[in-house]
Amino acid sequence: MGGMRAAGDLVARMQMTRGMRLREAKDYVAGKLGVTPFDLSDPVVMTDVRNEHGFGRIHSYAISQPWQANQIEAKFNIARVLDVPINCVEKFKERTTPGGAR
Amino acid sequence: MTNEARVPTRMGDGTFARLTRSEIRADLVAGSEAAVKRAKVPPLTDEELDHLLDIYASPARFTGVDVGDEIILSCDGTGMKTHATRIQDLQSYEQWMGADLLELCVGDYSLKVVRTILAYEAQYMHDALLATVAPLQYGVMPNLGLYSKPDGPCDNWNELLPLGKIAEAKAAQEEALEMAVLDMVHLADSQYEAGADAIDWDTTGASGDPEFLAALRATAIIRKKYPDLGVQLGMAGEFVLGMHGQLEYEGVRLAGLWPKEQLLLAQQAGATMFGPVVNVNTGKSCAWNIARAIALVKPCMEVATIPVHMNAGMGVGAVPMFVHAPADAVCRAAKSCVDLLHVDGL
Repeated sequence: MGGMRAAGDLVARMQMTRGMRLREAKDYVAGKLGVTPFDLSDPVVMTDVRNEHGFGRIHSYAISQPWQANQIEAKFNIARVLDVPINCVEKFKERTTPGGAR
Repeated sequence: MTNEARVPTRMGDGTFARLTRSEIRADLVAGSEAAVKRAKVPPLTDEELDHLLDIYASPARFTGVDVGDEIILSCDGTGMKTHATRIQDLQSYEQWMGADLLELCVGDYSLKVVRTILAYEAQYMHDALLATVAPLQYGVMPNLGLYSKPDGPCDNWNELLPLGKIAEAKAAQEEALEMAVLDMVHLADSQYEAGADAIDWDTTGASGDPEFLAALRATAIIRKKYPDLGVQLGMAGEFVLGMHGQLEYEGVRLAGLWPKEQLLLAQQAGATMFGPVVNVNTGKSCAWNIARAIALVKPCMEVATIPVHMNAGMGVGAVPMFVHAPADAVCRAAKSCVDLLHVDGL
């Protein structure tokens, strides 16, 4: 599904951690993002959607946008918008809370 | 002599052959029949065979699924340090190759190797997760053989069996599988604490039924401990070898299981993704191999409640046994699996 070029990473996350079949995972992600399952594989649509939600993007020196969320920041946004627990996001919160880091 | 045009088509070892459309169809039928004979599965229908024929008799260099039918690719080994640091490799896959998910692993991709460096791997996973977006799993092969002498502490059952020491061989395998279960759980403990999204048991069953049992038991323990940690269970072969022969999981004997029964147990154990394997016969055409593969895996799709990611790589899933798999063969196998099996991924 093209990974971060489109919504492949988002659908993959629903399969990997929630055990959703492909159709269910696509419907879930599409529903949360307000697009159709068909749109999820389209980089032309999903680039704008990813920018809107801060889901991280493919980088290029020609179109670098350093003010946008990326990497762990993007995963915070993904967890919130898709309403799915992301382990490293939870760990990040624990470790940055006073007394949380061990 | 025939006037039929010949098209270039791959053999299971990757070499080109030039077959007529009729010859390719004959191979497809034969591949389907081979699956029926071995695994007692239903044969492919005429419509399915004709669809495969259109794919495999095409002279096009590349083919693909229909727009909108795209699936998830769960590529293993994307963070193995091939051309840069492992984190840079992961970022390359994410940024340049559009990977749907990523996998951190070591070059010696075995469970017993990793057990002595758990802390280092957890640290690396922690750091990698800060620098990537796509879901990131940690992958190992259970590779139970490494638990036997001279690499491990258990007696070597592969040496005991030819000597007729069956009881001793079984005892050695039972000892090894207990160790492997503990190590798998310890690995999951450390990777969960690091923040990993999932664990991948790759080539499960390479050492036969004790290895499959170890993976099932470990999966059940891990999924109960960490309900949000995914577990991907990918097989090594189409058929669980009965190296022990009498091991069971929840009352089901493991030796001799085909993909459908393997999937049912993986689901029961709590796996979140399952990867069936069909081994390539390098002496047959890829057309023969894909027909056999689809016939063997089709029963899985009728009972799947978790994503099924058919293994389509070097020597499996009708992809030639060659280190750099030719794209024309890979794309044909992929399209066939998507169109006919409706797999959730590859």
